[in-house]
Amino acid sequence: MSQTLWLIPALPLLGALINGVIGRRLPRALSSWFAVAVMAASFGVAVNAVINLIALPPEAQVIHETLYQWLGVGSFSADVGFWLDPLSAVMILVVTGIGALIHMYAVGYMAHDSDYARFFTALNLFAFAMLVLVLADNYLLMYLGWEGVGVCSYLLIGFWYNRDNLAVGTDEKFLSPRSSATKAFVVNRVGDFGFTLGMVLMFWTLGSLSFGQVFHNAETMLQVGAPVVTIMTLLLFLGATGKSAQIPLYVWLPDAMAGPTPVSALMHAATMVTAGVYMVARSHVLFQLAPATMAVVAVIGVLTAFIAATIALTQHDLKRVLAYSTVSQLGYMMLALGVGAFSAGIFHLMTHAFFKALLFLGAGAVMHAMNDMLDMRRLGGLRKIMPITFWTFLIGALALSGFPLFSGFFSKDEILAAGFKTGNIGLWLAGVVTALLTAFYTFRAVVLTFGGKPRWRKGEIVTTTDAADTHTAADAHGAPGLDPHEAKWVMTVPLIVLALGALFAGFLGLPSVLGENRFEHFLEPVFHQTAIVIPPELEWLLIGISAAAAIVGIFLALRFYRGDARTPARLAAYYPALYQLLLNKYWVDEFYDTLIARPGRWLANAFWLGVDGKIINGLADGLGNALRRFGNTLRTLQSGYARGYALAMLIGIVVVIVLVIARP
Amino acid sequence: MLTVTHFTVLSALLFALGALAVLVRRNPLIMLMGIELMLNAVNLAFVAFSHYLENMDGQVFVFIVLTVAAAEVAVGLALVVAIFRARDNVDMDEIDSLRG
Repeated sequence: MSQTLWLIPALPLLGALINGVIGRRLPRALSSWFAVAVMAASFGVAVNAVINLIALPPEAQVIHETLYQWLGVGSFSADVGFWLDPLSAVMILVVTGIGALIHMYAVGYMAHDSDYARFFTALNLFAFAMLVLVLADNYLLMYLGWEGVGVCSYLLIGFWYNRDNLAVGTDEKFLSPRSSATKAFVVNRVGDFGFTLGMVLMFWTLGSLSFGQVFHNAETMLQVGAPVVTIMTLLLFLGATGKSAQIPLYVWLPDAMAGPTPVSALMHAATMVTAGVYMVARSHVLFQLAPATMAVVAVIGVLTAFIAATIALTQHDLKRVLAYSTVSQLGYMMLALGVGAFSAGIFHLMTHAFFKALLFLGAGAVMHAMNDMLDMRRLGGLRKIMPITFWTFLIGALALSGFPLFSGFFSKDEILAAGFKTGNIGLWLAGVVTALLTAFYTFRAVVLTFGGKPRWRKGEIVTTTDAADTHTAADAHGAPGLDPHEAKWVMTVPLIVLALGALFAGFLGLPSVLGENRFEHFLEPVFHQTAIVIPPELEWLLIGISAAAAIVGIFLALRFYRGDARTPARLAAYYPALYQLLLNKYWVDEFYDTLIARPGRWLANAFWLGVDGKIINGLADGLGNALRRFGNTLRTLQSGYARGYALAMLIGIVVVIVLVIARP
Repeated sequence: MLTVTHFTVLSALLFALGALAVLVRRNPLIMLMGIELMLNAVNLAFVAFSHYLENMDGQVFVFIVLTVAAAEVAVGLALVVAIFRARDNVDMDEIDSLRG
């Protein structure tokens, strides 16, 4: 078979190189559509590769390409090699397919930004890094992609580096894009540190970093529950909590909304945050050897899901609600991995990629229409004005809520059922409650954004509250006041395609009572798992309960927020402490700030001003100052009087002669 | 009878005169003359010693000193002219651009 796997990451890299080097000189349309084209081509190659993969017999479903040896030191070697099995097949299809759609959407979304070349360079580079991450055949190459993704997220979150406050038309104060980018990067570094240590420990105990050998050695050399494998997987999981925004490292993701919306959709919904989930699923052999870690993964996952969902209940900013729902859904995926239902986790990853990208892009269309204003207290009534956005957003919201027959329903139900079947009733119950909360906050967002009467006036001018920010929303869109309109076709086409995905992707993985779980079957060569069979009555009961959770949540949200919605305000007034707790996101940011960021800054300042400024600089400066003072003293000898020099010479000669003569 | 001492004393006097001229005068021309005087005082001593020791080495040195003196005057006068053109003034105490 011809080797084509390398083309999948290479095409976006080519796009990044060309846009990065000459993009500024290209016309806008050429530069941006080129970025889309490389992604589409990459998708084409990926589809072709996956078709080739499916043609292989199930027990040998791996396409392995080694390009060259990257490092080789003693017994250690790392190749630049790509590894396509059903698991990475799902990932490359998601990354390139949804990625291409988001790139296309970005053409329309960034149509008014003069820095289009920089944007598309970073976007393509991101896709490249992500594809390296999912296609790598060893942990070191995976780590390269992992870090590349981190860097690109920094570049893209901080894309509007010269703007200070992106909260338009509201009194809310968010982190500036610069600070958000730094926060994302630093928080991710904490996780990466764990990943690095995990890799070191892996090489130390198992003697290799390439997937095949690591898993083979792990199965033959390590016992279940051995301390070393527990520590190793906990370290790897720390890396996953960073990238996949789990407790305790989820805090970066909501602030990452400071980037342009296609970035939020691409990185913080569909691809980057799935890196941690992918990594854990990829290392399933190791994780299965460490039951303690698996329990940690499941508990962290369900806690993250629940806590993020409760925060999402009270947020006012549409994108923040979606961001917290991403954190929450990632928690579900971790829960699935933690109870050993790897294919269910990956299935939810895929369906989530569809509907969350869709929801973010829909929010972006709303932003475009409303001159960047996203405060849901001031939206409303957009259903008639933006029908395509409304209907696609509704489909995404139904999928996210887990409404029966939408994609999110099947994947979430599979996760919950897996929790139940493995006997973790507590986890299952928390998951069901979270599902109810999910449906509630999702439809709260839908109703507040699209339903009811407009809470804005036509022609109203919305600006940021930040006086120093010269970039007003009106500049960006060339519109003097609010005049909402449906987005252009480059933006609506991706919405429609993603909506189809959100509608139908779920049918790939039907529960056993409804049909065949093709998705799990497809992933079987990787995970070697078959579903636990339970009586159909129980299965129906579980399905009924998750459907009921979704429907009750949706119903409650409609009751609360349609018409003149006094219930939420009354509830908030009735439980002020709880409301403030949720509105302020459990004060986790403040907590981290006091406990870690402030002491860190204090320590950095101490080292900067104290050790570096006083001691090191003091030494260097002191030496220089002493020499300068000495020189200043000496320079007075150079009087500039030639006769003075002559006299000095004469005296010197006389002294020398006297000394010579007087010598015994 | 003239002894070598007479010549040595004369040479020393001439040298001291030259050095005094270099040290006390501010006119570079006079200072150059003082330098010439010092060189020729040394020449006188060389010739005297050469005669009394009946060795020609001293006279060879005199020729070398004469040559050097000629070159020195050429360079010195050229410098004086150049300085005069640049500053309209050749007072040695005024020429102190390199004062520290």
